[in-house]
Amino acid sequence: MSETNSIDKTCVVIGASHGGVNFAFALRKEGWEGKIILLDKDPVLPYHRPPLSKAYLTSEDAIDKNLLKSAESYEKQAITLQLGVTVKSINRTENSIALTDETVITYDKLVLATGARAIIPPIKGIDQAKNLFPLRTAGDVENIRKALQTSTTKNVVVIGGGYIGLETAASLKKLGANVTVLEREERILARVTAPIMSDFFQELHAKNGVDVLTHKNVVSICPDSNTVSCSDGSTYEADLIIVGVGIYVNLELAKEAAIVIENGIKVDETAKTSDANIYAIGDCTFHFNPHYDRFIRLESVQNAVDQAKIAAATICGKAPVYNSIPWFWSDQYDIKLQMVGLSTGYNKVLLRKEEGDLQKFSIWYFKDEELLAVDAINNAKAYVLGTKFIKERKLVDPLKLTDPTIPFKPLNLVKDS
Amino acid sequence: MAKITFITSDKESITLEGTSGSVMQLAVDNGISGIDGDCGGVCSCATCHVHVAPEHVSKTGEASEIETDMLELDENVSEYSRLCCQLEISEELDGVVLHVAQ
Repeated sequence: MSETNSIDKTCVVIGASHGGVNFAFALRKEGWEGKIILLDKDPVLPYHRPPLSKAYLTSEDAIDKNLLKSAESYEKQAITLQLGVTVKSINRTENSIALTDETVITYDKLVLATGARAIIPPIKGIDQAKNLFPLRTAGDVENIRKALQTSTTKNVVVIGGGYIGLETAASLKKLGANVTVLEREERILARVTAPIMSDFFQELHAKNGVDVLTHKNVVSICPDSNTVSCSDGSTYEADLIIVGVGIYVNLELAKEAAIVIENGIKVDETAKTSDANIYAIGDCTFHFNPHYDRFIRLESVQNAVDQAKIAAATICGKAPVYNSIPWFWSDQYDIKLQMVGLSTGYNKVLLRKEEGDLQKFSIWYFKDEELLAVDAINNAKAYVLGTKFIKERKLVDPLKLTDPTIPFKPLNLVKDS
Repeated sequence: MAKITFITSDKESITLEGTSGSVMQLAVDNGISGIDGDCGGVCSCATCHVHVAPEHVSKTGEASEIETDMLELDENVSEYSRLCCQLEISEELDGVVLHVAQ
């Protein structure tokens, strides 16, 4: 490696989720010989976060079935994992960080993988509500499972009809709960998908016996009865309340250290912040996406892992460049949704159905001629094809795309140029 | 208990023993190079692609539709391709040889 004598150096990573953990292992793989110290305030061995609201919630598995890496892997790669510790501050002049217990750790390179935390909105009575949980951590899942087990009515209200809220609703339904989802907007998933997808998921939940109600602005929770009240006067009995209304990015450490922040910690295409010794990766970053030619912030595993690899390679003297097309997934009931690209700014949506299977289709988002994104329902073929077309900026023939008799092959669907 | 051999892209051969869970998880836990399993084993990322040794296909069975679809446009796909998050460890897999895809 070109970064010579890293053997005497220390790389400190704040945050041990998808970004931080993948970074630590990638750094070792790239040849870093010095210390790697990985810190997180979550006391649990780092785990996969997406399954928490999906398969993991409905399983009886303990978190050790859902780990990012085994405990031995950290030892084998000489990665010092310190869990249950909170970083208080970054001292950029001294190249050090301080923990809340006053321990000071000096670094040569520092990586901020601080992620995000669930928003608990300022709803009247929310502080006194019983059995109210967000769903972001393994601890949250444990609390939700316990509360459901001991609940006699099993009445659950989910505040927020985004992916976390809907996935949690589907999982809790599977566990036997009576679930009502309250969404403030006129449709669920309004921020991230076309109306046709919102309708599909609305019906899917209805079919599975979950009430998904829109235009429901929650204004208070009664401290005694735990009843959830909306601005239109409607009320919902709840033994359990799940809050899924979005996240705050964990920016405080960076902000106090005067690292440049916009809509997240601003990083360049190598994941470097405004301080040459400090990198930032994952959900907390505001980064440049070359394909879409703009700065973006993403809540995704893909971005956390890709930026982790980029930062590790850069620190070890290589010159990689971030050029990923974002991708996401969601599992609800027997439906697998796979998404690729960013649909923001679309002005045309095409629906591709598949012959003989109503539960299998895809939505293609265009800005004029340019394919921006694809949402694929039970249709991995559409997903991989969409990925290829977006990456290669292929022009798709709208008539052929929407004709289910034309097989899903790249050559069949691309416009002659 | 099943013995599973991984051959990495730089021709390193590693044999591991597993009793339950997926082959992907076994590989990740033991740091097999080239098996990432970023999505946690739900067939969403295709970062656990292996080629089953042709003579061992009877042990693993055929790929499911979603595996085939996810790999359809992969340059390194072959008729022996599997996403090993979909391979559950059982006695039947004992002795299987898996070549980690590029």
